[in-house]
Amino acid sequence: MTEMEVKFIELDEFRNAMQRERERGMDFLREIVGMDWGEEGLGAIYILENSNTRENTEIGVRTTEREKPQIPTVSDIWQVAELYEREVFDFFGIEFTGHHDLRRLFLRNDWVGHPLRKDYDASETLNPVRLESEPAEEFQREYDIQDDKEMAKIVEKLKILHYDQFIINIGPQHPATHGVLHFHLALEGEEVRKVDIRCGYIHRGIEKMCESRTYPQILPFCDRLDYLSAHQNRHAVCMCIEKALGLELTDRTQYIRTIMDELQRIDSHLLMYSCMAMDMGAITGFIYGFREREKILDIMEEVTGGRLIQNYYVIGGVQADITANFARKVKEYCNDQKMRIKEYYDLFVNNVIFRNRSIGVGVLTREDAISFGATGGTGRASGWACDVRKRYPYAMYDKVEFKEILHTDGDCYARLLVRLEEILESIHIIEQLIDNIPEGEYKVKTKPIIKLPEGRFSASVEGTRGEFGVFIESHGDKSPYRLKFRPTGLPLIAAAHKIMKRCKIADLITIGASLDYVIPDIDR
Amino acid sequence: MIDFSSIVTAVDCFLESAMPHQLAIVVKCILAAVCALVAYLSFAILMIYMERKVCASFQCRLGPTRVGKWGLLQVFSDVFKMIIKEIIEIKDSDRILYNLAPFLVVMSSIITFSCLPFARGLQVLDFNIGIFFIMAASSFGILGILLAGWSSSNKFSMIGAMRSGGQMISYELSMGLSILTLVVLSGTMQISEITEMQTKGWFIFRGHIPAVIAFIIYLIAGNAETNRAPFDLPEAESELTAGFHTEYSGMGFGFFYVAEFMNMFIIAGIATTIFLGGWAPLYIPGLEGFNHAMCYIPGSIWFIGKTLFIVWVLMWIRWTFPRLRIDQVLVLEWKFLVPIGLINLLIMTICVVMGWTF
Repeated sequence: MTEMEVKFIELDEFRNAMQRERERGMDFLREIVGMDWGEEGLGAIYILENSNTRENTEIGVRTTEREKPQIPTVSDIWQVAELYEREVFDFFGIEFTGHHDLRRLFLRNDWVGHPLRKDYDASETLNPVRLESEPAEEFQREYDIQDDKEMAKIVEKLKILHYDQFIINIGPQHPATHGVLHFHLALEGEEVRKVDIRCGYIHRGIEKMCESRTYPQILPFCDRLDYLSAHQNRHAVCMCIEKALGLELTDRTQYIRTIMDELQRIDSHLLMYSCMAMDMGAITGFIYGFREREKILDIMEEVTGGRLIQNYYVIGGVQADITANFARKVKEYCNDQKMRIKEYYDLFVNNVIFRNRSIGVGVLTREDAISFGATGGTGRASGWACDVRKRYPYAMYDKVEFKEILHTDGDCYARLLVRLEEILESIHIIEQLIDNIPEGEYKVKTKPIIKLPEGRFSASVEGTRGEFGVFIESHGDKSPYRLKFRPTGLPLIAAAHKIMKRCKIADLITIGASLDYVIPDIDR
Repeated sequence: MIDFSSIVTAVDCFLESAMPHQLAIVVKCILAAVCALVAYLSFAILMIYMERKVCASFQCRLGPTRVGKWGLLQVFSDVFKMIIKEIIEIKDSDRILYNLAPFLVVMSSIITFSCLPFARGLQVLDFNIGIFFIMAASSFGILGILLAGWSSSNKFSMIGAMRSGGQMISYELSMGLSILTLVVLSGTMQISEITEMQTKGWFIFRGHIPAVIAFIIYLIAGNAETNRAPFDLPEAESELTAGFHTEYSGMGFGFFYVAEFMNMFIIAGIATTIFLGGWAPLYIPGLEGFNHAMCYIPGSIWFIGKTLFIVWVLMWIRWTFPRLRIDQVLVLEWKFLVPIGLINLLIMTICVVMGWTF
């Protein structure tokens, strides 16, 4: 899945073609990559997958119109497209006809221009640092699909929230949103009537920055996306570049990367368990989880020098060799963790209050999970076998034995159980590798200036909260023409939108905690 | 056993002889109020320190260790910090109610506190409907919480206040029922008399099964009354930031904080008084030597010891359980505790009528 063959479709045919693809069983829209090909026009690449047969197709569409580029929406075919298309609209100004709520997703409503276009004017006079609050959008816009070229006026049809309801803002500064996410809620008593999720408070334009950096300079950004799967994010980018260059890695590198990935996964799942306990008011459960997480961070610190932002993987290998104590410490930790995990069950998971609050709350069905592209623990809790480590094995994952944890309930309880059981699976993987790390170089030599051959490349890894993908379009330069990260959190937010309706305020917090999103990864 | 009533009578006689009757009454009132306040504050400080240490040991931590030996001065420095903090004026708040609310909450808890019998004769308020008075005075605090949420012009506070209104008024009911059960057993509402009766066996043993059920219901309802986990919905920090007291700073917040801790102490104190014999020492019929030895331990130590034990149980619950959801809280009360409490009251009445108690 490295080199991509994109099938371009005419604009008139596009919607029918997409509908045919969906009927053919392509039910998982992995991502929509907005593109600006300059002369050839604006457009998007849709990466589709059949969740049963794992068949892939990449479909492209483009329009030469630059003033008012329009592409028919697919948000009624794949539910996640609603947010993806808002992102493309935000960055490229492509209007998706038929989309029923086309607002900007990340940038302010009063932002001038669309930043990922190649002709974007980044001058500060157009977009000065604004000190006043963003004017809140009150209306949904609907763009009608029309036969003639002229676009219908924006139809301000539905108010997003009715102000005769009791409206509260959960976030951007709120203890339960785990970052700067903003839930705009309309309440009726304790019941949530409508949720409007607003992102972009920590949007840094990483994809735009990548276009002006060399490949090694891109790597540090990856740690700062989903900071709880820093290793996996870098793994994806390194893997994509290495495959494009045709670099062969040493076995030692692969072993180290696999072990570090799994340690990072345990680290993140422990944090998820802890924060869930905290959000439910069980502060002791929180401290228990952090007690063990501290040990992983100590190991990481010894090897990489960092505890959160580690900057460890580089193109062709890893930054530094593992330390002499590494294997011993990891084994000690694994043995300890296997015992400690029982305490979590005794204290929190099997607690009757917690079970009552999480079982049957926020149910995400398998169909919805696929349609929203909610990968990772969330998808597996709904019974969707979406583990990239099994679907497209990379590093050492085809040589180790491990189970893919699947639950079928799709509720908050199942989502927590998946994470806790995955901790044990990760330990199992580490134990198979840790004693057999082969000798050899930890890094292969690369050219001082890395240039990717022309083409489109992609790679994806199993991040801690879903499939993390990287898409690079290279025009043969030392920096990418377009680089797109598949965020693990954005599909989760899209799914949250649906399952949070009609729940209680307290359930909203539980659902948020169980989906386990990380905001910098959503906003990029 | 020391009888504090003799000391009180001596002070009373001295005041009466030294000054005119009217003045003596005023001086006595002031003295009693000062004593109650000092005791209130010292117990508050003790409770805050205890909460920190108990919480820390449940969470594999050490708790405060820096300020003073074993962190003993931590609470004093916290109080100092809170006193010097600015009290922020909230825009669009109802100023009078906003400032009144914390006082209502503290007032209610001080009045209830002064009903607690710390030892024989060591009690500020004691009259023939004491239990009734305690229940009336403690439910007074809800008003303060509701007003705090209402007046601070914050939607989160508002939700917190509404939650606490619904929750506390509901749980008042089953708390009242379980206390009534014991009133049926004792046949009096006067606190000093209730305790006096338990010198020949605590009510929890004498009332056997219905008394134990009433005790458990009382602990659950009492926990809910104090707004502590698993019933801390009014201030659920992961949902409503700090609930009804979000907008309070400085001593306004301090009052709520102190009142919460003292309410826990008061709930435990009432449980001690009516179920565990108050200041009455452990009495086992037939073991005269043992009973005699127990009497050498002063009554105030018995009372405080038993109360702190129940406080410790409440803390244990708090630091173990996650929070309930508001509909679950109300279902627990109206579908389980109230019916059980009513049936239990009936059983107790039958037991007393038939003479099936010890």
